[in-house]
Amino acid sequence: MSAEPKARGQGPEARGTAESRVTSHESRFLVATGIRKSFGAVEANRNANLEVARGEIHALVGENGAGKSTLMRILAGLHEPDAGKVELDGKDVTGWSTRQAIDAGVGMVHQHFMLVPTLTVAENLVLGREPRRGVRLDRATASAEVTALGRRTGLVVEPDRLVSELSVGEAQRVEVLKVLWRGARLLILDEPTAVLSPPEVKDLWAVLRRLTAEGSTVVLITHKLDEVMEISDTVTVMRAGETVGRTATRDASPSAIARMMVGRDVVLAGAQGAPVGSEVRGPRSEAVPPGRESRVTSHAVLAVDHLTVPAGRGGNAVSDVSFEVAPGEIFGIAGVEGNGQSELVEAIAGLRSVSSGTIKLGPRDITRLGVRERGDAGLSHIPEDRHRRGLVLDYSIADNLILGRQHRFTRRGVLDRRGIASHGAEQVKAFDVRPADPSLLAGTLSGGNQQKVVIAREMGREFSALLASQPTRGVDVGAIEFIHARIRAAAAIGRGVLLVSADLVEVLALSDRVAVMYEGRFVCVLPRAQASAEILGPYMTGLEGRVAAGGGA
Amino acid sequence: MSARAAEGSLATTWLAPLVALLIAAIVGDILILSFGQAPGEVYRLLIEGTWGNAYGLGQVLYKATTLTFTGLAVALGLRAGLFNIGAEGQLAAGGFAAAMAGLLLPAGVPAILAVPFCMVAAAAGGGVVGAVPGALKARFGASEVIVTIMLNFVVLALLNWIVAANLHVGESLHTPTINAGALPRLSEVAPGFHGSAANATIILAIATAAAVGWFLFRTRAGYDLRATGLQPDAAEYGGINVGREHFRAMTMAGALAGLGGVNFVLGYKQYYEEGFAAGAGFLGIAVALVGRNHPAGVPLAALLFATISQGGLAVNAIVPKQMVEVLTAVVIIAVAVTVPEVQRLLASTARRVTS
Repeated sequence: MSAEPKARGQGPEARGTAESRVTSHESRFLVATGIRKSFGAVEANRNANLEVARGEIHALVGENGAGKSTLMRILAGLHEPDAGKVELDGKDVTGWSTRQAIDAGVGMVHQHFMLVPTLTVAENLVLGREPRRGVRLDRATASAEVTALGRRTGLVVEPDRLVSELSVGEAQRVEVLKVLWRGARLLILDEPTAVLSPPEVKDLWAVLRRLTAEGSTVVLITHKLDEVMEISDTVTVMRAGETVGRTATRDASPSAIARMMVGRDVVLAGAQGAPVGSEVRGPRSEAVPPGRESRVTSHAVLAVDHLTVPAGRGGNAVSDVSFEVAPGEIFGIAGVEGNGQSELVEAIAGLRSVSSGTIKLGPRDITRLGVRERGDAGLSHIPEDRHRRGLVLDYSIADNLILGRQHRFTRRGVLDRRGIASHGAEQVKAFDVRPADPSLLAGTLSGGNQQKVVIAREMGREFSALLASQPTRGVDVGAIEFIHARIRAAAAIGRGVLLVSADLVEVLALSDRVAVMYEGRFVCVLPRAQASAEILGPYMTGLEGRVAAGGGA
Repeated sequence: MSARAAEGSLATTWLAPLVALLIAAIVGDILILSFGQAPGEVYRLLIEGTWGNAYGLGQVLYKATTLTFTGLAVALGLRAGLFNIGAEGQLAAGGFAAAMAGLLLPAGVPAILAVPFCMVAAAAGGGVVGAVPGALKARFGASEVIVTIMLNFVVLALLNWIVAANLHVGESLHTPTINAGALPRLSEVAPGFHGSAANATIILAIATAAAVGWFLFRTRAGYDLRATGLQPDAAEYGGINVGREHFRAMTMAGALAGLGGVNFVLGYKQYYEEGFAAGAGFLGIAVALVGRNHPAGVPLAALLFATISQGGLAVNAIVPKQMVEVLTAVVIIAVAVTVPEVQRLLASTARRVTS
């Protein structure tokens, strides 16, 4: 079942149903006006306004760092605003506590899960409000209540499983259930889909629709415009701490919202103007421009030959994969996450040992080289997890910009502080990192700007091949546009790019050739012109291509 | 997102240790009152007996010198993400090696040659003891916490056996006096310090703290080491061999603690004596934590703990000196609950242990 294309294909119908739902509510359930909130010198909210009607799904969109999360945390009682007013049901609740917010039925589902992994689903849910028998936790009652709640809301999770055993999607369901268990009538979800696979996203939408049908209200923080178009009734746009627009979703177009978010015109990956959530792509991605394929002529910059990478717990994560990336080519690997893409990229980068096969960078066999030697040989790598691998969050931007190349900024073992600072200042400017202060800690930046630091480091130097793993995950529209342009530009000057993304739209928008990875193998490799979501979908979900071995370029 | 920006400012950096001290002072008051004494009087005695006279100050400086070395040894390990509990054994091994070097040299070797030789021996002695857990960590992933704890027993027992079986003088538990390499006492320049153990090692301690700071923040090896401690995965991605960093950090930490042995052996007694470390290695953990693992903070924290320790002797007349030990423990616990780094460290250790 190819959930991804279907979910996207629902765009127009979804908006149709939204229209019918929009008519029913006039009441202003939650109103925040003139919210101002600073953290030290940083003004997170300047003039934030929000008006949410009862029973609607309200999307709050904006670039990373626009102040969405801060505003939501104020509503949930986690922060007290410096100025402004919050009203719930006509009552002034400005500066209330989280306890008061919970009692009033406002619940927040955070971006990062806040569950106890060693407890069961039911135990996590009732934590703090346990049904007791004497002094002991009444497990049976807890499980029964959780099951009942799950049945009522459609959020089905087995109550007796340990949270540590749950998939990400299931863990999120538990988070939503937890909020509902506490009697929430207003649910705030902070980028709930960032960690979900397309089918899980679809399930979440179904749950949210069901909840609103039963009278709950949902505020959804996101920066994915297709989600906004698909699920929301109303959308509020924030930019640089301010509310810059509010509109019924049915009256808005993705490009208009994107324009409001970044304050200028945006070329979305794919087509300008066409609804992002729709299956119809613009000419940019529909037909491959003739010039692109003809560039692919000379010898491969990256050649992987019969590569097998063992998995941590026995078996192989990557089995006998072979492919070549030509100069100027963007070779995209699509697939549901966890099918060996991460291991493949890490093996090429030198972060994971291989059991057989070779990796060549140009004519040079790099299979046995260390990470640093590979970098020196001309391999750049944008890792999938910038928080864990790509950045040292407690290092300054300038220090992060030399990670992996610290030996180039060293004289007789001593760091060239002046060189590092000026290199930092240059890169920050060239790659538009904001705030443009290279001495700031990387951890203080928004997600999009953190990724720009990684991109600046990996692309702001000489390289022949680029491994780009989930390059736009969790970054905002403006940064996505920027990163895509950089990747295209790198290919245009003859670099080879291996792009791995869980976002099929991104793979299709950028790649010259597309491979689908399933259970550690390439199950199909197609030129971009022959690939589409419909064709790739069955391969991604394992319905087709099970027997196809090896792949091959 | 923006909440992080506020972190790391000067106020928040030193606020937590100050709160810890305040808590310790309050608990101290209660303890003193429970002995039927006036807190003001006890604190007055404590200050008078430490900073109030040259002898007391000399003793504080002497104790702070050793603690600076062991504190740096723990701090350097923590910067690399390792909890070095082995400073006690490393310190003893360093002192022993310094004494051996001093015994090996013939009498009359000029100090300019003998002192550096003994110092290198001290660093090497501690370094070897630190290198063992470092190598086991790098090669087999063995927990440095467990290995360093166990190694303390091994090293101390081994040294005791060597001294007791082969090297002791008469009925004592110490080696013969070294032939060369003795360092001058402070009283030779400032006669007021007469009788106190304070000696020229204090200069070495300050220089070492400065060198560690330079190493951590100005050299590439320091960059690699800190990256390893903060985010091992990112360090690996940056081409840093995490295992080698662990080995290197533990070896250097051992060498730092070992240098601390110079203070007793070359500066004070001119021989190695069983049990001279006397807990200074373990107290180094508290020194590193209160000093926030910073080479500038460690000497200050060492002064604090040295003052409390020496002050305990000064107030012994009216309250038991164990009260001061309790006070030291309270400072450590208060630090553990107030300093964010420690909380992070404990949380990550707990994760490592349970997973």
